[in-house]
Amino acid sequence: MLHLQALTKQYATGDLALGGITLTIPAGQVVGLIGPSGAGKSTLIRCVNRLVEPSGGSIYLENIDLTRLSRSQLRQARRRMAMIFQEFALVERLTVMENVLSGQLGYVPFWRSLLRQFPAEAVGNAFATLDRVGLTDHIDKRADTLSGGQRQRVGIARALLQNPDLLLVDEPTASLDPKTSRQIMRLLTDVCAEQKLAAIINIHDVALARMFVQRIVGLRYGQVVFDGPPENLDAAALTMIYGAEDWTGTMQEADWGTEPYDQLDPMTQNRLVPA
Amino acid sequence: MFEHSQQIPTASEYPTTWKRPPFIRSPWLRYGLYLLALCYLVIGFNTVEINWTRVSEGIPRGWIFVSGFLAPDFLSRGGDIWQGIKESLTMTLTSTIAGIALSIPIGVGAARNLAPMPIYLTCRSIIAITRSFQEIIIAILFVAMVGFGPLAGFLTLTLATIGFLAKLLAEDIEDIDESQTEAIRSTGASWLQLINYAVQPQVMPRLIGLSMYRLDINFRESAVIGIVGAGGIGATLNTAIDRYEFDSAAAILLIIIVIVLLSEYSSGYIRNRVQ
Repeated sequence: MLHLQALTKQYATGDLALGGITLTIPAGQVVGLIGPSGAGKSTLIRCVNRLVEPSGGSIYLENIDLTRLSRSQLRQARRRMAMIFQEFALVERLTVMENVLSGQLGYVPFWRSLLRQFPAEAVGNAFATLDRVGLTDHIDKRADTLSGGQRQRVGIARALLQNPDLLLVDEPTASLDPKTSRQIMRLLTDVCAEQKLAAIINIHDVALARMFVQRIVGLRYGQVVFDGPPENLDAAALTMIYGAEDWTGTMQEADWGTEPYDQLDPMTQNRLVPA
Repeated sequence: MFEHSQQIPTASEYPTTWKRPPFIRSPWLRYGLYLLALCYLVIGFNTVEINWTRVSEGIPRGWIFVSGFLAPDFLSRGGDIWQGIKESLTMTLTSTIAGIALSIPIGVGAARNLAPMPIYLTCRSIIAITRSFQEIIIAILFVAMVGFGPLAGFLTLTLATIGFLAKLLAEDIEDIDESQTEAIRSTGASWLQLINYAVQPQVMPRLIGLSMYRLDINFRESAVIGIVGAGGIGATLNTAIDRYEFDSAAAILLIIIVIVLLSEYSSGYIRNRVQ
């Protein structure tokens, strides 16, 4: 569904962030993108929706080459690729509902968004999505009054309101505590499974990635150095991606972490793992 | 264990004093600059001529002015004062509103992160021109162009408001949190939607605060530019002083003080509320 062909990005400073990445992601697949800081993870997903302009190569979403789109075509294409951010990137002074409905901005004319008169279907969808992520009680609160985990749920709901085919997720858990991180990763992978979305998830926490994704891609110096299922990610592979280090702790945590949680989400009182 | 502790130096081997490195590294330059500043101060003081006889003659004249304040006369020129106040308040309010209306597009155009280069340069030039002259000079120019009266005052204050508000708004827009803009842009939002959803919520409290502040600056300025013929309470004040009617002048000044205090308190209240 998404195909990167020899994608390169060189910044104006001369730094080569991506050195010819070729990668194919089929529909509905959740990919964890790991690698040391500065390996180009963030640049890669920002090149896909062209928040960062790639310097070479092509990006195909189905059969559209995203690198050759005009401004207005790009806006249309962006609706299909929703982004989720590390620091949540909610508009702080808008309400939760406005933030979620802003996912619809690419579909509605300016006057509708200005007067907050979104189509009935979109509003219904927003309520349903807020219920799905467990924020029904916070709809009219301002985004800056929420906790980190709640904010990321708003971020996910906003992304889902775009009716995307692909989620671009940049460090979704880096600002969250370990437990909330797991809840957010579970929510993300669950909605991807429910709505058959593909996703690229940039993530620092290797153990967390191994727990939740079907495929892991390792980047180093802007090159793909690992691509495979989480089981194949052994100490040798980690050394290839990050450099030499004692990896036993990371491996053990992942084994322990795959056990299902049998507890209630404090916010929604839903079972964290559907029985 | 024992071997390990031997490698660490004991506390007595570390230095026990530490000083913050000075801002100017070279001691010659540092003390040289101190000396230069001191010389300048001494020479400066020696050139000030104080004519004590003029000071002593001035005191009784000052006293007449002050005693006017002790008995302000609101009534004998009551009609003129009321007329002047009305004119000033009208001038202030209309020029502030017109100024805000013009500042918003110019301010948005002068923000480097939103506007393309040609628009940015045009808007920055408009701001630079409106800021380059003091209100009194602009007022003299407009009085020459459109004649005596409040129209000249209105034009002056409108122009001054643009210089102030558009510049500060542009700077505030340049300081916004880019991640919120990025998030709205990635939904496929148009430029106007981006302004409405990502920029406006971030700058609105400051825009309201600055507008309130400008309202009370404009009232004070309206009193000053009246002196050069731009109408309002300043003209009335000027006439009163020219006729040595210090009691009426005192009444006018007291009214100005009360109005400025009122607008100060109300603008402070509003600024707190919109945070």
